[in-house]
Amino acid sequence: MSLYYVQKFLYELNRSEQVQAAFRADATATVESFVSEGADLSEEEVAALVMPDIGKLFHLGCNGQILMHFAAFHQIEWQDYLQRMRDGIDEHGPVREGVYAMTGYEGTDAHSTALGQNSAVGQQNTNGDR
Amino acid sequence: MPLVFAGVCSHAPGITGRADQADPVVRDGFYAAFEQMRHDLETTKPDAVVIVAAEHFANFFMNNMPSFAIGMADFYDGPIEDPDWLAIDKFRAPGSRDISTRLIAEVMETADVSYCEEWKFDHGIAVPLHFLTPNFDLPVIPVNINCQGPPLTPLARAWNFGEALRRACDAVPERIAIVGTGGISHWPATPDSGKINEAWDRDFLDRWCRNDRDDLLDYTDESVYADAGQGGFEIRTFLTVAAAAQGAIGTVHFCEPIPIFAVSCTIATYDLAG
Repeated sequence: MSLYYVQKFLYELNRSEQVQAAFRADATATVESFVSEGADLSEEEVAALVMPDIGKLFHLGCNGQILMHFAAFHQIEWQDYLQRMRDGIDEHGPVREGVYAMTGYEGTDAHSTALGQNSAVGQQNTNGDR
Repeated sequence: MPLVFAGVCSHAPGITGRADQADPVVRDGFYAAFEQMRHDLETTKPDAVVIVAAEHFANFFMNNMPSFAIGMADFYDGPIEDPDWLAIDKFRAPGSRDISTRLIAEVMETADVSYCEEWKFDHGIAVPLHFLTPNFDLPVIPVNINCQGPPLTPLARAWNFGEALRRACDAVPERIAIVGTGGISHWPATPDSGKINEAWDRDFLDRWCRNDRDDLLDYTDESVYADAGQGGFEIRTFLTVAAAAQGAIGTVHFCEPIPIFAVSCTIATYDLAG
């Protein structure tokens, strides 16, 4: 398993119209080509990229700043994108690694509780707006 | 020529991309503050504006992540994001390889920095430019600080970098403005997007306005992550501008949470003449 290469693939896709065109034409072949060039991706990671499984990718540790563009590429609307990540945590468990695992990411409720314990007076979180 | 302008602003992609989903009263107040910042910037008649940004894996990735980078090109294209998603059309912003080269050479005397002859602007720079130089008629010197991929640029080094930038800006004959862009507390692009720690933001901005180095550096990545989210790591851009302002006192012109934009939308400037 390599979070680095999962994110590297998305980084390349986000930057390159050529990679985007190839991915639209044949997602599996595009990811497999990336693997054949040396990227260390597990079957789980390949499947999540090809599907695409936004919730699984977030669970694996993908940075949202990379993942949100992958969602937009797939025409996934913003609120749907956020919900897919929440569903991914519910289904697969806390984020495994990466920046969100720094202090353990176990979902929005747990995070809100943690934030409340850290003098977060006045925090804003409007369900309809997020 | 001494630095002519120093300020900070938010850059979240929702500011343009999800504008129709925000409370129009608060949103329009924020846009008006951005417009005033544009006016104030133009009044100083800058020859170039240094944009200190925290870009988001558009140009820099963990295969080669600089702590600091400065653009050194005559033009920059953007946005790298889908124009419909960001609601900013494709553009080519002017740069100045000449000014950049001289600034970089001076910064290198006291700080390590990467230089970039190619740079595609993401929302971190595109959103501020959309409001501050909408006609793309002012040369831009893009600067990036690693606020995204740990290990992050240490806060004290961001401060030192700001001091180096100030020395460089003062050393060239051109009139240079500097604008830092970033969020304060926010959890961008995560399930917590929309959560904003307003109290933390106001405390941070109080420190920023007082321009107190010790108070501004009195954070750890762990405490910032816990209280202000991974988006809070972008305070490095604010710290750099604070250091560049050399003790000047700041004023917050606008700071209101706009959850659909994912941040406390902020416009603030330093009084360099004070």
